[in-house]
Amino acid sequence: MSMAISKEEVERVAKLARLLVSEEEKDVLARQLSSILTYVGKLNELNTEGVEPLSHVIDIKNVFREDRVRESLSQDLALSNAPEKRDGFFRVPKIIE
Amino acid sequence: MDLHRLTIHELSGMLKKGEIRSRDIVDSLFKRIDHTEGKIAAYMTLTRDLAYEQAEKADSLIKSGKAGYLTGIPIAIKDNICTKGIRTTCSSKILEGLVPPYDATVITRLKDAGAVFTGKTNMDEFAMGSSTENSAYALTKNPWDTERIPGGSSGGSAAAVSADECIAALGSDTGGSIRQPAACCGVVGLKPTYGRVSRYGLVAFASSLDQIGPITKDVTDSAMLLNIIGGHDPLDSTSVGTPMPDFTGSFEGGIKGVRIGIPKEYFIEGMDIEVERSVMDSISILEGLGAIKKDISLPHTDYAVASYYILATAEASSNLARYDGARYGFRTKNAKDLFDMYIRSRQEGFGPEVKRRIMLGTYALSAGYYDAYYRKAQQVRRLIKEDFDRAFESVDVIITPTAPTPAFKTGEKTQDPLKMYLSDIFTISVNLAGIPAISIPCGFGSGDLPIGLQISGRHFDEETLFRLAYAFEQSTEWHKRRPAI
Repeated sequence: MSMAISKEEVERVAKLARLLVSEEEKDVLARQLSSILTYVGKLNELNTEGVEPLSHVIDIKNVFREDRVRESLSQDLALSNAPEKRDGFFRVPKIIE
Repeated sequence: MDLHRLTIHELSGMLKKGEIRSRDIVDSLFKRIDHTEGKIAAYMTLTRDLAYEQAEKADSLIKSGKAGYLTGIPIAIKDNICTKGIRTTCSSKILEGLVPPYDATVITRLKDAGAVFTGKTNMDEFAMGSSTENSAYALTKNPWDTERIPGGSSGGSAAAVSADECIAALGSDTGGSIRQPAACCGVVGLKPTYGRVSRYGLVAFASSLDQIGPITKDVTDSAMLLNIIGGHDPLDSTSVGTPMPDFTGSFEGGIKGVRIGIPKEYFIEGMDIEVERSVMDSISILEGLGAIKKDISLPHTDYAVASYYILATAEASSNLARYDGARYGFRTKNAKDLFDMYIRSRQEGFGPEVKRRIMLGTYALSAGYYDAYYRKAQQVRRLIKEDFDRAFESVDVIITPTAPTPAFKTGEKTQDPLKMYLSDIFTISVNLAGIPAISIPCGFGSGDLPIGLQISGRHFDEETLFRLAYAFEQSTEWHKRRPAI
């Protein structure tokens, strides 16, 4: 079977998706994604010219609400699951040298 | 008495009359759980202390005459629904130790109704799977045959209901994740209309498809739970303000003259012979009750899985971008810098199926491929929805099998993702069209494995589904069978 997606393509997509993939995973993913994409290729059997894409099945749009201050999470609660925190902030590795 | 074996409506009546206390139900359930959970592994987290605390409150409410029908009834919750103060993992390492600071709207509504929580149930990681084998923590077994899968992704919830380890449960359904496990475990599973139940506090997988729904021992319980969890929620802008009838009122009037559509595309050569026989027999039963059978066509059925696996993975790749190790959940210990923290936290935190879907979705949305895959899949989604619109001009419901086969063996499909995806072949179209569908037990195959019947209906017409499902249940005994675990 011809590969719909190459190993290089897997590397490109992994970077976009912020995933680190090992050499071994790259081969497996290239093979599995190719097989899935080949199957998905059957969509091209259908002529969809002029068909409006459907993104949402229920006919509602632009749901507004009044811009009022409501009860919200306290700082402590918002930080309660932080892997690292300091002085009321989320702590992450240094961003700017 | 074996209170754990009873239904919501049975227990509710006994509680009201003062014959039992909620505490007695909780006692009975945890005794049952201690006995069977080692073999089934339906739960991620058991909340025994909380259950007793809630039962005590429920009992005093009942005494003071202020109880509703869910007061004091123990319910299990799928582990992708946020519960304040109770860890919620989505069965993923990346949410290890996460304790949500708020409740999902469905949880708030259950609490307000006086429900008792037995715990959080195991699932495929981020609800991605059809067998619950993608959980990062535990392998849930089918109570009918522990060498088989319980279905997925709400496999823990379905197994817990089937094994009498809870009275009822909540699941979520993106491509069949309530109905397919309900079918595999011989219980009732409802995917409500998209927009019927608030998704606030449901960990998002594919936002245009996800919907929370009940998994129960019978149809009456399903209607009772939908009464509580359904209805508009200002916190979910996709929830709809369509009026909420009392769904238990749907049962009256019988099904004489109800037109049931049988789509030819679902009954193709090579389909499992036992599944086909059970479904055909069930259609005859419904005809015997006065329903009118009509042959229909849903011509784009064959393209549903392909369309779904582009749209669902594209939405997932976007929804799961939030797991970056910065604010909550798992963070790698080995980060050199910020970018490294992102990629390593995600590498170490996500399991293989979740990574595969993030990759597929990212690919489908990436520059140069968007039109060929994502846009094309959205166009096909419209064709599939229009198939249903047309069908519902001449029929009131559509009847199909829920799954192509009874529960398969553990490990049978884990090596071939595509093969696993095809387990959802009969359930996926319903999510793409946003319509409601219910799976009810309709027979057993060899090896005593349950088979599910799927009834789908028009948008916001859960009432007709319930009416038909209830009439069927009244004339059959399938829902009364329980596994000998």
